[in-house]
Amino acid sequence: MKGLKIVVLAKQVPDTRNVGKDAMKADGTVNRAALPAIFNPEDLNALEQALRLKDTIEGTTVHVLTMGPGRAAEIIREAMYRGADGGYLLSDRAFAGSDTLATSYALSCALRNLEYDLIICGRQAIDGDTAQVGPQVAEKLALPQVTYAEDIQKCDGKIVTIKRRLERGIEVVTCPMPCVVTVNGSAAPCRPRNARFVMKYKNAKGTQEAQDANEDYFALVNERPYLKLTEWSVNDIQSNPADLGLSGSPTKVKNIESVVFQAKEAKVLSGTDAELDAMMKELITNHTIG
Amino acid sequence: MNSVFVYCEIEEGTVADVSLELLTKGRALATKLGVKLEAIVLGEGLKDVEKQVFPYGVDVLWVGDDARLAPYTTLPHTKMLVRLFDAEKPQVALMGATSVGRDLGPRVSSALHSGLTADCTSLEIGEYTDAKSGKKYENLLYQIRPAFGGNIVATIVNPECRPQMATVREGVMKKEIFNLQHQGEVKKLNVDEYLDDTDLVVKVIERHMEKSKVNIKAAPIIVAGGYGVGSKENFNLLYELAAVLGGEVGASRAAVDAGFCEHERQIGQTGTTVRPKLYIACGISGQIQHTAGMEESSMVIAINTDANAPINKFADYVITGDLNVVIPKMIQYYKKNSK
Repeated sequence: MKGLKIVVLAKQVPDTRNVGKDAMKADGTVNRAALPAIFNPEDLNALEQALRLKDTIEGTTVHVLTMGPGRAAEIIREAMYRGADGGYLLSDRAFAGSDTLATSYALSCALRNLEYDLIICGRQAIDGDTAQVGPQVAEKLALPQVTYAEDIQKCDGKIVTIKRRLERGIEVVTCPMPCVVTVNGSAAPCRPRNARFVMKYKNAKGTQEAQDANEDYFALVNERPYLKLTEWSVNDIQSNPADLGLSGSPTKVKNIESVVFQAKEAKVLSGTDAELDAMMKELITNHTIG
Repeated sequence: MNSVFVYCEIEEGTVADVSLELLTKGRALATKLGVKLEAIVLGEGLKDVEKQVFPYGVDVLWVGDDARLAPYTTLPHTKMLVRLFDAEKPQVALMGATSVGRDLGPRVSSALHSGLTADCTSLEIGEYTDAKSGKKYENLLYQIRPAFGGNIVATIVNPECRPQMATVREGVMKKEIFNLQHQGEVKKLNVDEYLDDTDLVVKVIERHMEKSKVNIKAAPIIVAGGYGVGSKENFNLLYELAAVLGGEVGASRAAVDAGFCEHERQIGQTGTTVRPKLYIACGISGQIQHTAGMEESSMVIAINTDANAPINKFADYVITGDLNVVIPKMIQYYKKNSK
C-alpha cells in the first residue's frame, strides 16, 4: 500500500482549564496574557491517530496545519517533537476576528495548497468548545466527515474504518478517503516527546519567530532547511477576501459579560457535629430530604 | 413567513427529549416573532410521529421517511436540511447539541453560509445595532452561551445570514406541552428527489446504543463531586451518601477528565443540566461551565476546603472542611434524625 499523506489541523489555545486566581484581573475579567498557551488537548489525540498510521503504513507523512499568530509555530514544533514531519502556519491579520465559519474557510483554502488523503483534527478546542471547524472544513472541501472518532481501526489505502464514541454508545463506520476525521478526547493520548526529535527540531522557527533570531539561526537554516517552518500569509492562499476574518463571519458578538458571581445568603458551617446534626434536621423538617 | 425550524432527532422511533425541549423553546420564539413553528423529522418507520410533536405547538411537520435516513449519517441528513432550508428560508433553526446535532449543524451552516452558535444556554429575541455601520436590526435571535472556558458569557447574533442557527444541550430548556389539541400540517418529503449515491459513501457497519444507565436529570437529590474529591476511591463516599439519601452521583468535567467518574454523570455546560431539590457539591470549585448546569437547583450544599470557592456563592449551606470527614457525619446524622 502506498504511504498516506495526512494533515493534522491543530490549534494553540489558552489553557482555560487552569484558570487560577492570577488569571483573573481585579475587575473580574480574564487576563488572557496570564494563561499559558497550550496544544489544544483533543488535537493531540488527533496527532496520535495520525502518528499511529505513520507507524503502520510505510511512507506515510504527517504535517500539521495551524492558524494563529507567529508564536503558534510552537504547535508545529511540538508536533514534530512527537513525530510529525513538518507543518504550516497560516498567519495574517486578515484572519483576525474569524468565527468558526471564516476559520474553516481559511483552513480549507490552505488545504487546497496541500495534498492529503486524510485530514485529522480534534473534535473541539477548549477555548470555544464549538466542535464546528472540523465539519465545516469538510463541507468546504466537499469531503465526507467522521466526527467523534475514538480509534482509526483500519485503513486499506482507499477506505478507513473508524470507531466513533457517541453519547450513548459506539458506532463503527467505513468512509472513503480523502475525508475529515475529528477525534474525541476519549481516544488514545498522544505519545510523549521524543528526545531525538527535540534535539533535531528545537531550533525550528516560523517566519515571524525568525525575525528576532540571530545570525546563528540563519547559518543553521542554510545547513538544515527543515529548521525553517513554512508560514503562509493571506497572499499564499487563494481566497475571497470578503469570506475571511470579521467580514467572513456571520456570527457577531453582541456583548460579553464577565462572569460575576451573585452572592446569596448562605449558612457558613465549619463541619462540626452539632452543625451537621442541625443541618440534617432542617433538611428533613423542610422535606428537602427524607 | 420565515418560520422557526426545529430539527427533531429520533431515538428508536421516538422523538428525543432534547428535541421536545427545543420545540417548547421554538414555540415561544415563534409566537414572539408571530411566525409558524416548523419541525423536521428524518428517519425510517416514522408512522404517527406527528402525534408526538403536535402537542408541543408544531404548525408544520416535515417528514422524510426512508431507509437511507436511518441510522443517522452526516451527508443524507445534511442534504435534506440544506435543500429544505434553501427552499423554505427559515429565520431560526435549532437542533440538539448532541453527537448528531453537533455533527450536522456545522455542516449545514457551512453549506448555507449561516452563523451557528453551539451549546447555547439561553435563547432570546432582541434588537442589535452594528457598531460599525450603525445599522439597526429588529427581532434577532440572541444566542447566549458561556465562552472562553466559562469565564465569560457571550451574546452572539447573526445579523445578515439566515437561518440563525443554534444548538442546545439536553436538559437546558424545559419541555412543556403547548396544547394537547394542537393540530398541524404534515408535509411528506420525497427523499428520492434529494439523495443520490454520493450521499451514501459513509456506511455504519456496527452500532451499539444503550439507554443512558444513570438518569441524573430526574434525580431529586444529586451528590456531585469535583476534582477536589481527589480520587476514584474517594468518590465511593459520594455514592454512599447518594444511596442513603435516595439520590444520584454527578460530577464536574474536571472530575470526569481526571477519570474519577464516568462521563454520563457529568453536569454542566458540556454535560447534563440538572434541577434537583438538593444539590450537594463536594470538592467542586464552581467554574461557570459547571454552575450553568446546576444553578437552578432548589437547595445547594457546598463542601469545600476553600472558603472562597466560587461555588459557595450558589450555596445555601457552605461547609468549609474535608469532605472525607464531613460526608460520613452527614450520613450519620441523616440516619439518626430520619428515624
